[in-house]
Amino acid sequence: MSEIERHSYDVVVIGAGGAGLRAAIEARARGKRTAIISKSLLGKAHTVMAEGGCAASMGNVNSNDNWMVHFRDTMRGGKFFNNWRMAELHAKEAPDRVWELETYGALFDRTKDGKISQRNFGGHTYPRLAHVGDRTGLELIRTLQQKIVSLQQEDFKATGDYESNIKVFHECTITDLLKTDGVISGAFGYWRGTGGFILFEAPAVVLATGGIGKLFKTTTNSWEYTGDGHALALRAGATLINMEFIQFHPTAMVWPPSVKGILVTESVRGDGGVLTNSEGKRFMFDYIPDVFKEQYATTAEESDRWYTDPDNNRRPPELLPRDEVARAINSEVKAGRGSPHGGVFLDVSSRMPAEVILKKLPSMYHQFKVLADVDITKEPMQVGPTCHYVMGGVEVEPDTASSNISGLFAAGEVAGGMHGSNRLGGNSLSDLLVFGRRAGLGAANYVDGLGARPAVNEADARAAETRALLPFKNEGGENAYTVHLELQQTMNDLVGIIRKGEEIELALKKLEDLAIRTRQVVVEGHREFNPGWHLALDLRNMLLVSMCVAKAALERVESRGGHTRDDYPVMDSDWRHVLLVLSARGEDDVRLRRQEQVPMRPDLLDLFELDELKKYYTGEELGGHRAGTAGESDTA
Amino acid sequence: MSYTAHFRVWRGDSNKGELVDYNVEVNEGEVVLDVIHRLQQTQTGDLAVRWNCKAGKCGSCGAEINGRPRLMCMTRMSIFDKSEALTVTPMRTFPVIRDLVTDVEFNYQKAREIPAFAPPAGVAPGEYRMEQVDVERSQEFRKCIECYLCQNVCHVVRDHEENKPAFAGPRFLMRIAELDMHPLDAADRKRAAQEEHGLGYCNITKCCTEVCPEHIKITDNALIPLKERVVDRKYDPLVWLGSKIFKRTPANA
Ligand SMILES: Cc1cc2nc3c(=O)[nH]c(=O)nc-3n(C[C@H](O)[C@H](O)[C@H](O)COP(=O)(O)OP(=O)(O)OC[C@H]3O[C@@H](n4cnc5c(N)ncnc54)[C@H](O)[C@@H]3O)c2cc1C
Ligand code: SF4
Ligand code: SF4
Ligand code: FES
Repeated sequence: MSEIERHSYDVVVIGAGGAGLRAAIEARARGKRTAIISKSLLGKAHTVMAEGGCAASMGNVNSNDNWMVHFRDTMRGGKFFNNWRMAELHAKEAPDRVWELETYGALFDRTKDGKISQRNFGGHTYPRLAHVGDRTGLELIRTLQQKIVSLQQEDFKATGDYESNIKVFHECTITDLLKTDGVISGAFGYWRGTGGFILFEAPAVVLATGGIGKLFKTTTNSWEYTGDGHALALRAGATLINMEFIQFHPTAMVWPPSVKGILVTESVRGDGGVLTNSEGKRFMFDYIPDVFKEQYATTAEESDRWYTDPDNNRRPPELLPRDEVARAINSEVKAGRGSPHGGVFLDVSSRMPAEVILKKLPSMYHQFKVLADVDITKEPMQVGPTCHYVMGGVEVEPDTASSNISGLFAAGEVAGGMHGSNRLGGNSLSDLLVFGRRAGLGAANYVDGLGARPAVNEADARAAETRALLPFKNEGGENAYTVHLELQQTMNDLVGIIRKGEEIELALKKLEDLAIRTRQVVVEGHREFNPGWHLALDLRNMLLVSMCVAKAALERVESRGGHTRDDYPVMDSDWRHVLLVLSARGEDDVRLRRQEQVPMRPDLLDLFELDELKKYYTGEELGGHRAGTAGESDTA
Repeated sequence: MSYTAHFRVWRGDSNKGELVDYNVEVNEGEVVLDVIHRLQQTQTGDLAVRWNCKAGKCGSCGAEINGRPRLMCMTRMSIFDKSEALTVTPMRTFPVIRDLVTDVEFNYQKAREIPAFAPPAGVAPGEYRMEQVDVERSQEFRKCIECYLCQNVCHVVRDHEENKPAFAGPRFLMRIAELDMHPLDAADRKRAAQEEHGLGYCNITKCCTEVCPEHIKITDNALIPLKERVVDRKYDPLVWLGSKIFKRTPANA
């Protein structure tokens, strides 16, 4: 057995996207020695790819906006399935988190009076997304990265060492969390470059590992999004919720095949782009669900007026929440009204002058020009749905971001609850900032309240090492790529955008078989930067998380947000208050149980009209509403 | 239309390496990174390569294709002659870790040496007011995806290891220009640009601008204006006098 490199920190943050970096900034600000760990280089996390913007009700463009409107939009988008306390904290704190970025040096696009400009997005009542062209995520991650540099420069002045209080370990992958007497004591992983092992001793770990897109074949997500944080949490004894809810973004590139799944930002629609089918029809007018009838325009004329006069017109149906638009596109293609490459048309060329397109959507222009040879100022794009985001994640305590395991925190895409059954565009970047900060704070407070620090068990570290080296010892198995492709195909075909009971059952059978094959995967070659080995280790996580998705999807016999059952096509109020909670059972199996949602606080319930709530809630649940209570006293 | 392409890929580590020949299938619409991935999946599972977004947004996949620094994910196969071999090598200016993956730590060190944004005193969060025209200049530089192709191509460091300590490279000199043009940044950065970060080494050849996948006009919009401002400041008689009279040593600066 080789020597294992060791480090000791107060707080270890796994993940260097928006959530992880913001958590680390907070932990360091609270005086904690903090490590940031990431699989890829610093600055390359998924957050960098976010295009559209960051939602915060600053009211810079429409002064009617405030946290209550944002809260309502978020709950509606999530079909009232959201953890309402998280949605409340998010709506209240997002503006402060965005303004704070300016003090770190961020340069958002401006309004005429010099404030941060805000743009329209699906499901948001008012222009709400702070943005920089269509590269908002880049601005966000670079700003946080540069803030960390500035903290390191402060530390350098004080100690002569940039890394005395905050250090980034990049291209380093965590494979196991370590516990001692039931509480977190550290984390174990390997350097991707050398293949050497590394052990962090730390009483508090913040998971900020992002999503699970690589479970699916068509996805906007990169190789990193293999559900590591979800699986690490499960294996450490924490619980996941809402894993059946996966967001399929309605508009991704569909051609050429090699770029299938690459995102076409929602800003294209927010700024005026329209969706049409092969008959040239703007089909979204046919897909406005009853619950949204009041908010969306029914004619092209009214839609077009909305861009200039939003107070007196209803919004275009292209801006319905993502689940609605994705299902609509899916139906059009199925009905034979798709575009030549199996999507639908998304057009800006007939809607605005070329200069405006180049100004507002520069990276989309560039992306289509280079990758598909399509000039979006002259012709329509072809787009279709792709796996984009997971609403499900680690069950956390909203105020502190703590999981049910002492010392383990989670924030960002890896945490569950905030977005309910469907996330609104722009609500992720703000989520990262709000809950990243809270997780850093939660972890710092936890460390402060701790007596003795738990010591890592040597045997646990050795066991983690043995497990990581298994693929080199195996004989006769397949290579990781083959098994991964089959897993992706299975999830795509059988637990994808539209689901059926018997198909999910079939998927679960296949997953059992894949679990055995995953254990036997063999790796060729050496340990230095060997992507085959890395995938073999990630595969183990993807498998466990796939089981969570499939089991929860089978259990929930209704359709809601990012979970559509062909055999149970309606949303059912009796399911609204039921959370499906998953925990690990052994190496690669999971257990599912039902849990009641905490009822919404009456003052928050009162922010909605009773008529709207009735579309989502059962009668008994609404007794506490202002109208309900008033109604009762009237009749009494 | 599929065809078989002849790839020559550099394989090796920091000690030794060589170009290895592969024949590999290429399909319509593919980019170089797709083909590298096909090699990984079908012929050589341990071929090391960096990538993330596959859409030119993260700056991970820089390499030299037929000697020219490019993003592999944004280089379409259709621009090359089908009958000619395509050579893919790692970025030359940085030490190789394995195959196409290089050690780019140099850039993170340089990033850390550029003094951070200095927030204006007395302006509370939420009170920042800036005009769009004023932020646009710095915004151009903030489009940078940190692919380090410009750092790789700049002749000051490309074959001159000895210049690395004194020279921040185009990407980070541009960072200084960005902060200098930030409407609310409170620091003066011109002397340091010249004396500590090596602006003087740049002789405006524009090679950096040519390879930038974000089409940032690094030389024209960042480096030359910064040089001009350094000159202005040096010969401004008051500043000159000030810097002579109150000259402080770096230690107590
Ligand atoms: C193309 C695209 C566009 C988007 N546009 C928008 C938008 O406009 N607005 C919006 O609000 N949202 C958008 N989203 C969603 C949003 O970008 C993501 O949900 C968000 O960035 C996730 O951030 P995060 O901090 O949770 O994790 P990420 O940014 O995903 O980072 C995860 C980090 O964890 C690390 N990691 C993972 N596993 C391990 C491990 N085992 N060991 C060590 N490190 C590990 C990774 O290396 C990485 O650093 C978009 C997403 C995509 C893909
Ligand atoms: S312009 Fe200056 S920085 Fe750019 S490549 Fe030439 S010498 Fe290097
Ligand atoms: S300036 Fe351009 S070439 Fe240089 S690192 Fe940034 S994006 Fe890459
Ligand atoms: S993979 Fe992100 S730039 Fe090429």
